[in-house]
Amino acid sequence: MDKRANIVEVKNLGMIYHALSGETEAIKDINFDVYEGEIVGIVGPSGCGKSTLLSIIAGLISPTRGKVLVNGKKVECSSSDIGYMFQRDHLFEWRTILQNVLLGLEIHGKVDKESIEIAEHMLDTYGLRDFKDNYPRQLSGGMRQRAALIRTLIVEPNLLLLDEPFSALDYQTRLAISDEIGLILKNEKKTALLVTHDIAEAISLSDRIIILTNRPAVIKDIITINLTCADGIWGPIKSREAPEFRHYFNKIWKELDIHVR
Amino acid sequence: MSDNNISKEHNAFLKQNRRRKHTILLSQIAILIMGLMLWEVAAYFNWIDSFLTSHPSQIWHLFIEYTKNGDLLYHVGVSVFETIVGFLAGTILGILVAIGLWWSDFWAKVLAPYLVVLNSLPKTALAPIIIIWVGAGYSGIIVTAISVSIVVTIMNMFISFISIDGDKIRLLETFGASKFQVLRKVILPHSIPALMATLKVNIGLSWVGVIVGEFLVSKAGIGYLIVYGGQVFSLDLVMMSVFILSIISAIMYKGIAILENKYVKWYE
Repeated sequence: MDKRANIVEVKNLGMIYHALSGETEAIKDINFDVYEGEIVGIVGPSGCGKSTLLSIIAGLISPTRGKVLVNGKKVECSSSDIGYMFQRDHLFEWRTILQNVLLGLEIHGKVDKESIEIAEHMLDTYGLRDFKDNYPRQLSGGMRQRAALIRTLIVEPNLLLLDEPFSALDYQTRLAISDEIGLILKNEKKTALLVTHDIAEAISLSDRIIILTNRPAVIKDIITINLTCADGIWGPIKSREAPEFRHYFNKIWKELDIHVR
Repeated sequence: MSDNNISKEHNAFLKQNRRRKHTILLSQIAILIMGLMLWEVAAYFNWIDSFLTSHPSQIWHLFIEYTKNGDLLYHVGVSVFETIVGFLAGTILGILVAIGLWWSDFWAKVLAPYLVVLNSLPKTALAPIIIIWVGAGYSGIIVTAISVSIVVTIMNMFISFISIDGDKIRLLETFGASKFQVLRKVILPHSIPALMATLKVNIGLSWVGVIVGEFLVSKAGIGYLIVYGGQVFSLDLVMMSVFILSIISAIMYKGIAILENKYVKWYE
């Protein structure tokens, strides 16, 4: 059915954390693929191991069982193919916005006139030109998250891992930024994995949604999202108005099976 | 900022603010002058025993005399030299040890109880031992100064190193940064505010080390003048030395504050 190339292949992945108080099985026997240009959402009850999954794919921690292939290569340690966005922007307070954006290139030793020009151009595109010499504390939450996105995109990763990237923002900014970033990801044809606890956000941004169970997390269901947007143009905020939206929301809500005890 | 786009109210606010600042400064100066005058007058009318307390004009005369014959410059120079060397060495060595502890979690854990003991120990208790081991010259005094500031430096800097948000390190790791790059790009810059605070504390601590060292062995320096003045009951000399000491250490502290303002614009 899908002829696009596999960017990510997750195979029989399992992870057990060890602590003195005992061992915790975080995730168990996870299998899925992510295709090129796709945004895949991962939702699950809080504390179910969503972030663990992302960290393993990013190569920050190694799994107890199974393996992850990114672009057909086994993930052993972090690589520049992967861009990671955290819950908070983690801009460095002591660097200007431009210097923050250049951080990844600096680590790779690739800062030169050309790359600075690219950075300035991207800042320009995303409305941060006037702030390139400002320090992060002088920017609003939404602007900071945009700067963090540029910092991630400028190293040209072909897979983006988004770990609840909007959860630190207030509701209005969150809607605006998720819309903006969703469109950027689609325009640049980026492949992305989006971990979130916000069902609506997952539906509005994703092509497919993976639903995880409580710990130890296994895949409960994978839902393909097909929304009919007005005018036929996709956009995260527009897609919230699609007639199917409510249907997906209810389906995922039921599958998550969340009980407040 | 030009004055023509400021509202009347804002102008009044600025004026009031300025006036308040002036009042505070004037009050500070007034307290100093009144204190000195009261001291002088009390000594003059024998309300206090000037043999025990000395008095400002006598201290001033002594100051002029010591300045003229060059003694003062010599003693101050010796102490300032010892303090600066001890301060720099204590700070730099302390930072290096803290980096080592950050680098090796194993050694940080192994050495933790020793650091706790050393930190709670009054370092001046070590001064006699240090002076016997290192020698009764400049070197002994400098090492005493180092011993006072180094442990606090290690503790403060190490705590700052490990207080960083783990995600900031993980962020660098997703870019493939080495441990050395993590140190240089995030750990050290993150700790600059802690470093500045440590420098300010260390100036005072280095002076403690130097003065204690000079009390014990020296033939020159401000500490020597104080001890000598005490032994011959020349309270003028003791008082003058203490005044000069407080002025110089305040200048050094101010120097670090200026350095901080100049180079560290990113934090408030």
